[in-house]
Amino acid sequence: MPQALEGSQAIARAVALCRPQVVAAYPITPQTHIVENIAKLVADGALECEYVSVESEHSAASVVLGAAAAGARAYTASASQGILLMGEVLYNIAGLRIPLVLTCANRALSAPLSIWNDQQDSMAVRDAGWIQLYCAGNQEAVDTTIQAFRITQETELPVMVCVDGFTLTHTLEPIELPSQEDVDRFLPPFRFARALDPAQPLSLGTLVSPDWFTEARHSQHGALLAAAANIEAADADWAALTGRAWGGLLEVDGPAAARIGILTLGSISGTLQDARAAWPDLPPVRLLRLRAFRPFPAAALRAACEGLETLVVLERALSPGGGGIVTAELCAALYGLDAAPAVRGFAVGLGGRDVPLETYRRAVAAALAPEGGEFAVLDVDLDKLPEADRYPEAGPCAAPPVDSESSR
Amino acid sequence: MIEVRIHGRGGQGNVAAAYLLAGAAIGEGWHALAFPAFGAERRGAPVAAFARMDRRVFRRRDQVARPHFLIVQDVALLHVPGVLDGLRPGGGLLINAPREPDATALPERHYTVAATQLARTHLGRPVPNTALLAVFLTLTGLLPLDALRRALAGRFHGAVLEANTRLIEAAAATAPSGAWAMEKADAAGA
Repeated sequence: MPQALEGSQAIARAVALCRPQVVAAYPITPQTHIVENIAKLVADGALECEYVSVESEHSAASVVLGAAAAGARAYTASASQGILLMGEVLYNIAGLRIPLVLTCANRALSAPLSIWNDQQDSMAVRDAGWIQLYCAGNQEAVDTTIQAFRITQETELPVMVCVDGFTLTHTLEPIELPSQEDVDRFLPPFRFARALDPAQPLSLGTLVSPDWFTEARHSQHGALLAAAANIEAADADWAALTGRAWGGLLEVDGPAAARIGILTLGSISGTLQDARAAWPDLPPVRLLRLRAFRPFPAAALRAACEGLETLVVLERALSPGGGGIVTAELCAALYGLDAAPAVRGFAVGLGGRDVPLETYRRAVAAALAPEGGEFAVLDVDLDKLPEADRYPEAGPCAAPPVDSESSR
Repeated sequence: MIEVRIHGRGGQGNVAAAYLLAGAAIGEGWHALAFPAFGAERRGAPVAAFARMDRRVFRRRDQVARPHFLIVQDVALLHVPGVLDGLRPGGGLLINAPREPDATALPERHYTVAATQLARTHLGRPVPNTALLAVFLTLTGLLPLDALRRALAGRFHGAVLEANTRLIEAAAATAPSGAWAMEKADAAGA
């Protein structure tokens, strides 16, 4: 029997099931309820764990770095400006190959100030060397959090579990919480081979000369690529235990005969699935969802694109002056492939803008349009801007006409 | 699929009301989501929250644009632009007010209950949300009142739960049972 739980509460319970020994966090919307719930579990005596309240996200990341380096299973969570303030430490955690788990409650970055959801924050640290897993729903967030603790200790790479702020963190829905027995069976105790120990002194993160830096980066890059197997195995083993699998690296949903594909990450995908069912008269569409963004599953994407003529990307972030972040990486993965689909990239749902069912029809229309640019903001309302701020350089106005019977 | 939008003021337990409604539905075996509207978040500001519920599993996570029902926790919010927007034709509006508002622009199907007064009597606090939910379930017949009582038991204990249980029973008794019952086809999730 599923329980009615808020996403944040469910994630906190999932973290507790993993028996973390140190949690350090600084509250920031929309992550706050996650760490409040963990703090309450500790205060109530339901979770035996050192909960460290710190004065900034820089310190939160530093505390969990140190705790994990000393051999503790460690966890933190943040969002938005908090992720940026952690930025320096995030690179250190990854470069030191420290295993720990962080939940990013995805939120827009300032300025302008927005507390609402997009994925600019985790995208801003995509090169830090962390595994990044994006969740479509709160059941997946629970299951992925537990998988993340296993992946991080197997790979000695930190794992960032990305959940859309508010859309997931502040949504109550039916959740199956796994039993402690199942989690204990799935997640062995944490034994860190390089744990700091005064009896066997070891230096971490020391100054290296050009003789060694390149080799460190090579092995870090290789370890991230190799982690793909651990991510897939964790999802498969979890499915064997609970009956729930989330697609490993890339979820592919839709007919092999489809000529149109839509690629997303995070919570948009469920809306697109229901929209596809609501408009069965539209051409068949294959929905692809990047569950892992780091490591980037280029081979799985190439395979999933087989038969597609056009692939529309809907992403909740952009690189101003560049274009779509996921779009660019997808194009790189498809480059040189025979019969690669045409790619139409769009940013959508920035700063909490709603992504309605109608987005699906706009994406299909963009795929069917004879011509399209490389990238545009799908749901920009140019009428709100003075003439001087409407840039043809920022891509074609991608919105096809919408009929009156738009809401379902 | 049934979609409900709840209007209130920040600090009034608006999201809590949506959570209780969806939680009651989940307890009855429905699939349901409850979530806040993306807008201002501060005490006293007009805020909104949604509940979306169906007997079948759904996956969409967009905001509710065309609710079947509106619950307005503060009658003064009826004057805030947009509060009545998107209500489906034939949809119901439940208002917390000490007396029937004289606004002429209200939809045909509307019902007024003095929920704040009821809450003062039974809780000793002016928190109208659980009384409104009890009246809503009585009018619509969507879920038994017991489902709401169980959802409350998931959040409250002891004296607070007892007072809330008395409150929802008293509030439910004031409303005509099944007055807003939906056609079977709608309730099945059209």
